Amino acid sequence: MTDAALPLPRRAPIREATAWDRLKTNRNWLGFWFMVPAAAFLILFLAYPLGLGVWLSFTDTRIGRPGEFIGIENYEWVLGDSKFQDAVFNTLFYTTIASIAKFAIGLYLAILLNHHLPFKAMIRAIVLIPFIVPTVLSAIAFWWIFDPTFSIVSWTLKEMGWRTTNINFLGDTWNARWSVIFANVWRGVPFIAITLLAGLQTVPPSLYEAATLDGATRWQMFRYITYPLLTPIIAVVMTFSVLFTFTDFQLIKVLTNGGPAGATELMATMSYNTAILGGKIGEGAAVSTAMIPFLLGAIMISWFGLQRRKWQQGED
Amino acid sequence: MASVTIRDVRKAFGNVQIIHGVDIDIADGEFVVLVGPSGCGKSTLLRMLAGLENISAGEILIGDRVVNHVPPKERDIAMVFQNYALYPHMTVADNMAFSMSLRNAPKAEIKERVDKAAKILGLEKLLERYPKQLSGGQRQRVAMGRAIVRDPQVFLFDEPLSNLDAKLRVQMRTEIKELHQRLRTTTVYVTHDQIEAMTMADKIVVMHDGIVEQMGAPLELYDRPENLFVAGFIGSPAMNFIRGKLGPGGFMADGGFHLPVGAAPAGSDGKPVVYGLRPEHIRIDSAGVPAEVVVLEPTGSETQVVLRAGGQDIIAVFRERLTAKPGEMIPISPSLPIAHLFDAETGKRLVA
Repeated sequence: MTDAALPLPRRAPIREATAWDRLKTNRNWLGFWFMVPAAAFLILFLAYPLGLGVWLSFTDTRIGRPGEFIGIENYEWVLGDSKFQDAVFNTLFYTTIASIAKFAIGLYLAILLNHHLPFKAMIRAIVLIPFIVPTVLSAIAFWWIFDPTFSIVSWTLKEMGWRTTNINFLGDTWNARWSVIFANVWRGVPFIAITLLAGLQTVPPSLYEAATLDGATRWQMFRYITYPLLTPIIAVVMTFSVLFTFTDFQLIKVLTNGGPAGATELMATMSYNTAILGGKIGEGAAVSTAMIPFLLGAIMISWFGLQRRKWQQGED
Repeated sequence: MASVTIRDVRKAFGNVQIIHGVDIDIADGEFVVLVGPSGCGKSTLLRMLAGLENISAGEILIGDRVVNHVPPKERDIAMVFQNYALYPHMTVADNMAFSMSLRNAPKAEIKERVDKAAKILGLEKLLERYPKQLSGGQRQRVAMGRAIVRDPQVFLFDEPLSNLDAKLRVQMRTEIKELHQRLRTTTVYVTHDQIEAMTMADKIVVMHDGIVEQMGAPLELYDRPENLFVAGFIGSPAMNFIRGKLGPGGFMADGGFHLPVGAAPAGSDGKPVVYGLRPEHIRIDSAGVPAEVVVLEPTGSETQVVLRAGGQDIIAVFRERLTAKPGEMIPISPSLPIAHLFDAETGKRLVA
């Protein structure tokens, strides 16, 4: 070694670590700073509006007039309002039927796409189209499809001789409900199909080979292997789907705006119509705050009912 | 239990033929190992036997029944996969019972068979665990348990030990062999590891590029490899191949030294041949060929030496400890009276 002969530099005596020294090397402290930008964003654009909404629901704010705290008066009014009760029923009906349909069709499509089909990549891309089209655009397309006079569906049925009159898609209570559910399902299926497809692809093919040798039929393979292995992903994707459907606004706003006569009024559209169009901000805020218990309930169900199973965990 | 007969079986994926006519006879209760480098078609052959791949041509018989078009579950076979293919959401007991519960077998019978298999494999205490909670060796055992529960005519193993660490592999090798000695079920075992093949098999089938190179008892393959491929594949470290010619004085290496040949094949004078010399069949002999020590690798029980003679590297293994240093010359000669000689062109063994 050439530097062996050099005199050793005199070392500074080791000083006590100060509080600042400890903070500088503390990983939690560093982690805190990494979280700050995201947290600030969430607080500003999610937590603050949510808190403000809840606060407004306890006031008698009108557009152009700051309100005062009035306790639960808004809720008393809202709960007694038959329009609100209808909106709750509509929202629950819409969410339940649309979610079940989306799950069934999405799972079916995912299983179909998981097989070796010709033009597989192209078909997968096509399936995604409803998902990437902006909601308002697809809603306008459906508006035309459901038009009382120019509906292509009515026209086709008439041309084929199966009907003589147009179908009143959006003008009749139940027709309107099924029509908006159909549009919602059309839009929501790709998300579920693609997510479940990703889940299906994580199932090792050798499990199916083992099951083949064990004598399982295709249905038994689905029932005893595919489905149980897919439950964690189903739980996540269906939680999201239920939340998005429950809070749906755009489709209804464009297609029916809650009509006819409130038949398709959801809680989200009712809140908007009351607060922004009707100017009664306090009542509108109460309607949207009333959605929170339902949403929490949905999250709880998926949290407790479908949380990580024992088999997913490693050694304890 | 049953015999297995493979008659002129071929397999093609599209236009690419990967198995070119294979004939193998497996006796009832025999432990047969298909061995070969990756891509030789051994796993495909096993999967054809299991019914997971179609048979392009030829016939496969289990017992005396042609199974070409019999669905896998009716072939009465059980397979252990390389990655074990345990159902992750089922307990060990459920994994082992799955095939029986699919057939709606009575609960009591399922329990009896699962318990029996668990006892054979020492899994009694793990029956309620999930695969994730098991070690590699335990998972391997569960995979075997699943096969045992079915009490099949034939066990199929597809590289079952390659996901285990070296020590566990040796242990499981012994366990599988012991299991076979106990159950005496016909077994077809695929591996790329010639040591596994040598230690476990009643009969080894060496495959290469979709054909069977040689078939026989392990020591038969070791003692009399029929061609250069088998000679190089069986045995570790691999056999040394020394190129040269046969002459009146024995074998004359291209590198300019002579090696004795027990009995030269008739009429082979001047013919280019390959002289096969196993590392463990080299001894130090003062009258032998001088070779330079290049590298010494002591392993404790033996010493592996890379030697250079006539410009060619020769690997030797000595049981005794060697004091030679790299750069020194030591005289070596073959310790066997009969040499392995192969035709340099065809690679076939030359018989005296």
